[in-house]
This record gives sequence, structure tokens and C-alpha cells, in this order.
Amino acid sequence: MAQAAAKPRKAVECGVPDVQQFLHPLMIKNYGTWKYHDRPRPGVLHHVARSGDELWTVKCGTQRQMDVGTVRKLCDIADRYGEGYMRFTIRSNVEISVADGARVAPLIKVLEDSGFPVGGTGNSVSMIAHTQGWLHCDIPGTDASGVVKALMDELYEEFKREEMPNRVHMSTSCCEINCGGQADLAIIIQHTKPPTINHDLVGNVCERPAVVARCPVAAIRPAMINGKPSLEVDEKKCICCGACYPPCPPMQINDPEFSKFAVWVGGKNSNARGRPTFMKMVTANLPNNPPRWPEVAAVVKNILYTYKADARPWERLSDWVERIGWPRFFEKTGLPFTKYLIDDWRGARANLNASAHVRF
Amino acid sequence: MAKPMHPTPMLDELEKGPWPSFVSGLKRLAKEKDYAVDILGHLEHSYKTRRGYWKGGTVSVFGYGGGIIPRFTEIKDDKGKPLFPDAAEFHTLRVMPPPGMHYDTGTLRKFCDIWERHGSGLIAFHGQSGDIMFQGATSENVQKAFDEINEMGFDLGGAGPAVRTSMSCVGHARCEQSCYDEARAHRAVINTFLDDIHRPALPYKFKFKFSGCGNDCMNSIQRADMAVIGTWRDNIQTDEALAKKWFAKHGMNELVNDVVARCPTKAIQVKAIKDLRKDAHLSSVALDASQALEIDNKDCVRCVHCINVMTGALAPGKDRGASILVGGKRTLKIGDLMGTMVIPFMKLDTDEDREKLVELAQRAIDFFAENALEHERTGEMIERIGLVNFLEGVGIDVDANMIATPRTNPYVRIDDWEGEVAKGEARKKAAA
Repeated sequence: MAQAAAKPRKAVECGVPDVQQFLHPLMIKNYGTWKYHDRPRPGVLHHVARSGDELWTVKCGTQRQMDVGTVRKLCDIADRYGEGYMRFTIRSNVEISVADGARVAPLIKVLEDSGFPVGGTGNSVSMIAHTQGWLHCDIPGTDASGVVKALMDELYEEFKREEMPNRVHMSTSCCEINCGGQADLAIIIQHTKPPTINHDLVGNVCERPAVVARCPVAAIRPAMINGKPSLEVDEKKCICCGACYPPCPPMQINDPEFSKFAVWVGGKNSNARGRPTFMKMVTANLPNNPPRWPEVAAVVKNILYTYKADARPWERLSDWVERIGWPRFFEKTGLPFTKYLIDDWRGARANLNASAHVRF
Repeated sequence: MAKPMHPTPMLDELEKGPWPSFVSGLKRLAKEKDYAVDILGHLEHSYKTRRGYWKGGTVSVFGYGGGIIPRFTEIKDDKGKPLFPDAAEFHTLRVMPPPGMHYDTGTLRKFCDIWERHGSGLIAFHGQSGDIMFQGATSENVQKAFDEINEMGFDLGGAGPAVRTSMSCVGHARCEQSCYDEARAHRAVINTFLDDIHRPALPYKFKFKFSGCGNDCMNSIQRADMAVIGTWRDNIQTDEALAKKWFAKHGMNELVNDVVARCPTKAIQVKAIKDLRKDAHLSSVALDASQALEIDNKDCVRCVHCINVMTGALAPGKDRGASILVGGKRTLKIGDLMGTMVIPFMKLDTDEDREKLVELAQRAIDFFAENALEHERTGEMIERIGLVNFLEGVGIDVDANMIATPRTNPYVRIDDWEGEVAKGEARKKAAA
């Protein structure tokens, strides 16, 4: 035993496993030869293969950060009411596929009875792309799981229905690095004050030239503070992005009061219709207010329901704004348009109205 | 039975409401595990003070340099003792998922058993890079958990300046729009770079993502340094029975407003059947006894909108493959970048085809390793050196599909104009 402990097991560098072993038999049989699909009801996909085989898929939401009890409960459901297979979507929804259409209704019932909302298909508000936050991240300005839970409680019915003009993808991010990614509607921490520097620690903890190089606006320079090698920030230049914080934790950018939320709209990864688009900041300075972030939820719901009421079928949020224009977006949502929303970063001229086009 | 719970009045609020609650899940774990009791206390402290309290460090498994995200608590008393001692270490194992994130329940149950034994019992399906995140293990238990997960045939993913874990869409397994075998391409590429995944030594991260069509369900264009997005070269396929069924249900207004008017290049027209043109690059399909759709595939950009709306009635063509885009990334530090087109089309049907993709990926990573600055992503490097230098370094011929417009400024030296023209002519001849 002592010998075994002294010589650790060598890893088998096996990489990504072959997916075939995890596929429902009908997926193996019809691999690459599906013909079309439809949606009999929200939360259910019905795929038809060229062979004529049919496969029903029931989709439900989860909390992403799952205890083993939750995962086992889903497995029990997939075994008893499904056919032993499931997959996860990129937004942490679970999809259980069955060859027997008669299983669909009982599967929906048991999922809902067990607390997993069935939905997330078609023109719904899907589960929010979800980062780590206070639970596990080393640089978070806020929590992720809690923000997502609080918002999905508010948007629960929109997840279960397909009543939006087109699908709505949302994301949250606990700092401006934006791990949540582009989305129709994103909620992202926006720092509003330069970092607070613990000069006692910088010299020992940080590789100072690397931190200087990390700053996008060259606002950081080496300095001797109280006789110790440290860093100083030109606070007038600082854009409060937080890029210096990961390589140098003594440059504390997170602040219980001054780390605020911004809301962004109109990101789209899909190539459908127009090219993919980046999201745009439409409001900021919302308080980071756990455990339920009501101020953020109010803005999100306002934008979503304005879009829902006004957009035409198949318009994603970006398509809708492209049609109505930004002035009317701000008019309809009542969100204030301020000078802080006029881009002045590199490439900013592309975001100005270089035309005489005005909607009246 | 675990020790008594810390009071968690703020987290308790997150047990209310209809959406599944991660707090309730943590509380279930806390009935049995002191570890989870202290995680709840730790998180409640963050909620109260609105700050994070995890610091990184160095923890890895034998033989690997990456794949574990170390976390040590910073909530300590005056003497430096952790206030939540059972959660003083909360490391995550990043484990690469199967392509398409398909599982059988037996595999998931085994994960649960392993993680109940060695970890906190909390698993995230999945992280934003695609990893299964086994969240919360002590330094001592990381190796034990990894050994058992590894015995199951799963491997650690990337962290730090490394090739990262990848994702692919549901694809061939269950999607009619899938234009190549995403799972095979995913595996062929990623399993070539395991050394670059497990032993971080690149300037910064490098991500691949695999989407089967232009809907890009993996968000590859804005998340991947190299995005592989399915497309096709020939005509959109049509199915008259399904087209008639769609039209009977949805009618002319929806056809015009939702399909024809939303085509970004106006490639689709509604026509009387008698007026349909006949040409090799046209697709057409009857909608009823007199009306039809006609698509000029030369004008189509493969955006897949019409196929999304009329699934089955319209479908990707038969000559399928993928486009390759490079340089997508998120915010820091020069702002978000979309990937840009570098290979408009490549076949991915055979092992030889996939080998060409792997070779391209290898050249892109080699060039990145040699030319990117520290902490610079591929997109930022391209912005700094220009796309043409990247193309020449990686050995890709220029193509007019790479641009939105030709240059709008005259600041360029055209020393070898004739030579480049001749190269273009030679390429045209070779392709003909």
C-alpha cells in the first residue's frame, strides 16, 4: 500500500470519448440522416428520419449546479419514463429522447411533478447561460447561480411557452470578461471605480510588468509606495475594466457598492437572416442586490415584454431594433439614453450613424 | 449526519419560486456532508458582504499541468484560520464531455457515485467552455476523483494558456440541418492536441468549437479561436409534400412575411408554377396547385433562416462540409471579436478530409504559439498583424469570401501586384 501511495497512477490520456456509446439506439441508426422536425407542443421536439423512424425529445430546465441527488433523480426519470439516455444543451437544459411517442405525456408529467419545468424550445426564453460567481470564481463581482435562479423564477412562464417573436437567449456574467457570452439579453457586472490597491501585497504577489501590460489604456505604472515596490493607477485614465485584477489580486476591483450591473441587448450568434451581431449596452448602474436582484429583473422584464409586444414573428431582439431603430428602442422601453452609451473605444466610428437616416 | 447548518437567510430566499434551486440542492448535500454545510456558509458570507472569497493556487493531477481549478478560502479569522474549515479547499475538476453532451444514465450515475465519495457532490453540466465541472474537492481528493473518472474513459479538459475543452452541437445524432459529422471532427481535432490541453504552454487559450450549420448552436463564431461551421455548396433541397403541408397550415402571408421578406440576399421569390425558371443553380418547390417558391442558390449565403422556418420542406444541399472561421473571442482586452472566414468550404466526409482539418488546426496553433504575445488571443494577434500575414503564415490562399468589403483606404504597398494576379489566375485554373 505504501508503495502504491508513493507512485501515483499515471493518467490515461484518452481525450474526448466516442459519443456513439452514449447515443439512443435510434440516433445511432439514423445518424446523419434526419429529415425534419416539428414541435407538437412547447418543450417537445419530434424528429423524423429519412428511414421513417420518429424520435420524441422532451426538454426541461435545470439549475445547472446540480447536487448528485438531482442528477440521480433525472437519471431515474430517464430510466423509468424514458429509454435510459439524456443529453444536456449548451444552456444546461436536459433533453430526454424516446422512440415511443406514448411515453411523452407521462415523461412531461413526471418532470414537472419533480420540479423540472418542461419548455425551452422554439420561441421561448431559454435557460440563462450561466457562469460561476461567488460560488467558485476567484474574481467575481457577483453571484451567477443566484442571479440566474432569481431571473428564471421571473421568466418561468416564458420558458414554458413559445410566445416570444423568436427565441431569446440570455446570459449573465460576473465581471466584464463576459464568460456568459453574447446573447439577446445579457446582464453583466460593470465596475464603476478604479481598483483599490493593497500596496503591502503587490510586490510579493504580482508580476508587475505583466500587470502593466494587461491594462488596455496604459493607466498602470510601477511605483514605490511606502518604500515597497507596488503599482499605481492613473485614476483619470482607468476605465474600471478589471483586467488587472486576475493577474494581481491585490488590485481589488470588486466593490460591494460600486460594482454595478449593466444590461446589454441584441447579441446573436446565429447566421440566420443577418450576420451575427454583438450585443450593445443599453443601461448600467443597476445595484448588485442579492439575493434576488429586483432592480435588474425589472429592467430585463421591461425590455423582454416591450420586445414581445412590438416585434414581428422571427425577429430576434437585434432584428427588432434594426427595424425600429435605437431612438425608438429607448422611447419604448423608457430607458434613459445617456452619453455613456456612445461608443468611444477602438472601432467606435462604426457604431455612429454615418448617414442622414433618421426615424421620426 | 453532518454538523449543524449555518444560518443562511439570504440563500434561503433562493429556495422560493418555481425554477429548480441550487440552494435546495446544496442543502440536500449538507444533510450528509460537513463540506456542503461550510460551502453554504461560505456562499452566504459572499451574499452578505457582496464579495467573492476564493483565491487560486496550484493543484494538479500526476502528469498534467492543467485541468484543475484550485480554490482556497480567504474567509479567515485574525489568526489566519478558515472560518469555514470544511470548505477551505474547493477545487474543480474540468472534465471533457462527449461530443454533443450525450450520456447514458449509467455513466451519469457513476459520476455521481465518484463525486459523492471524493467531492462535494455538486456537479455543473456544463461550464461555458463545455466541461463537466466537478465542483468542490480537497487537494487530497483531487487525484482520487480523477483516477476513477479517468478509468471510466473520461479525461481532464484545459485551463490557462492551453488548448481548451471543446463543444459540438447535437448534430448528426438528431438534427436534420447537420452538414458534417461534428462528433467525429470534434474528436479528431481535440484528441490531436491533448498535450497542448494537459500541459499549458501557449501564449493564451485556444478554443475550437463545432456547429453543424449556420445557426451555430455552439456560439462558435464568438467563442472559438477556430470555429467549424457546417454549410453546403450545392442547391437547397426541397420536399414538395412537406412544402405543401407547410403552406396549407401557414398560408401566403406567413410565407411572404416570414420567409421571402426575411431572406437576407433576396434569393427567394414566390412564383406562379408556370413562370418557374429552369437552371442548374435554381431550387424550386410547389406550394399548391399554382404557386411555388424559387431559390437562386447563387445568391443564397446559407444563413439557414428559410430552412429554420420550413424545416423539411427546405433542407441543406447534398454536397455538405464546413466553413472555418478564426479569431472569435470575448471582451478582454480589445473588445469582443467575431471569428472571420478563412476557409469558405472544406469537405469533412472522410478520415482524410478530417485529417486536413487537423493539419490546418496544427498550423494555426503553431503560428499562434510562435507569434502571439503573452495573453493575446488569435483574434487579437490577427488584428495586430493583419489577416494576410496570418494567412501566409498558416498557408491559406486569399479568397474574396474573407471580406465584407475590399479595403476602403489607399494605405497599402502593391509591390508585387502582377505576381499576386498571376497566383490568382493559377488558382482559378487549378480549380477549374
